[in-house]
Amino acid sequence: MISLSSIGAALVVIGCAYGIGTIGKHAMDGIARQPEASNKIQTAMIIACALIEGVSLFGVVVALIK
Amino acid sequence: MFFYTIDSHKKFFKNNIHFVNKIYLLCNKVNKMKIRWAILLLIFMFIPSMYASNSADSTKASDAEKLSTEEIMDAVFEHILDAYEFHIITIGEKHISLPLPVILIDNGKLVMFSSAKFHHGHQPYLNYKIAEEGPKEGRIVKIDNAGNIIENASLIDISITKNVFSLFLSAIILCALLIPVGNKYKKNPDKAPKGFQALMDMIFDFIINGIAKDTLPANKYWKYVPYLLTLFLFILLNNIMGIIPFFPFGANVSGNIAVTMTLAVIALIVINFSGNKNYWRDIFANPNAPLWLYPILIPTEIIGMFTKPFALMVRLFANITAGHIIILSIVSVIFIIGSAAMAPVSIILDFFMYFIELLVAFLQAYIFTILTSLFIGLAMPQHHEN
Repeated sequence: MISLSSIGAALVVIGCAYGIGTIGKHAMDGIARQPEASNKIQTAMIIACALIEGVSLFGVVVALIK
Repeated sequence: MFFYTIDSHKKFFKNNIHFVNKIYLLCNKVNKMKIRWAILLLIFMFIPSMYASNSADSTKASDAEKLSTEEIMDAVFEHILDAYEFHIITIGEKHISLPLPVILIDNGKLVMFSSAKFHHGHQPYLNYKIAEEGPKEGRIVKIDNAGNIIENASLIDISITKNVFSLFLSAIILCALLIPVGNKYKKNPDKAPKGFQALMDMIFDFIINGIAKDTLPANKYWKYVPYLLTLFLFILLNNIMGIIPFFPFGANVSGNIAVTMTLAVIALIVINFSGNKNYWRDIFANPNAPLWLYPILIPTEIIGMFTKPFALMVRLFANITAGHIIILSIVSVIFIIGSAAMAPVSIILDFFMYFIELLVAFLQAYIFTILTSLFIGLAMPQHHEN
């Protein structure tokens, strides 16, 4: 069952999780420091997450299609 | 400073003791309701397993049928992919489904018939049948009299399939809901919105002030508001229709790559047609870059023009399809293990998965809209520092 493509997909997911985790951590820090800027930080955070997710979905799709 | 804040809190609670009390009572009420709901849900979840354990001694019939991984993958993909009929329910061996019209252009000749003629894909009709294997699996192919597939037949398929039917339905729902709201705004522009209009007003405000004004230049944003609103509401409605599991809904429209590609192509056209001269200069002759960098820079920028909508396309498609696959896979766990005792676990997991899907449905519509708006805004750099 386990093929190279599924290992590739898993690696992509690890990278994506690390990236989104880092964004989340720093966004939290930013909001804690400046709660009044939380709206702008949230928007930027979601956009950055979406961009990372986009790249990782390329990886997953390529890994699954083979 | 510290004492001041403490005091102000005390003051607030003293002045609003009645209000605080009311909130406390309300919380109590909600908690009671929550507990009732939780008990009800638990009972429903454990009914299948009780049924299974009661009948386990006498007969194995009530236990779920055990299926192989291939069969389960087939069943999962049957729900996700497009079809020529809208399957409603299967009772025993009997399939109940809504047959949809098949429209083919065969060598320039129009052929139309009901997909019920295929008997759920088991029988050929005229010279056509639904291919059961090969690269064209699930699509209509032309066959000769002996039943062999004619490979290079010029067959254009413009059938009203499940997804097309669902697209029509969503268009009708969107128009039926939103045209009256628009008329209300036209009729009394100064009146406070009420009822459904108030709900939509919230969404309009969210798109106009939260997305368009933030990302587009102040003097041009109003031109793009209709496009962004249509985009957001269309994707949101289709995402939500996709996760409602019963008949007129449940087609995987926004998880179909053709649909998301159409949206992405529209975005590509809008982005590039709204680009001003600074945008084109940045692509073909960036004044800040040295001349020797141009052979690398220009191809990169041109690729960048296409990767933005491509990412939009893949993101929506992959998110929605992955969500559907996960929901169906969790249901399939019952059939992999082959026991109805697994049902409560599946139901609980699916219950939470549905909430995540609802979040994703909204989030993906939002991300698609805000990124489109952002790219349009990036195509209009206002001033250029040299």
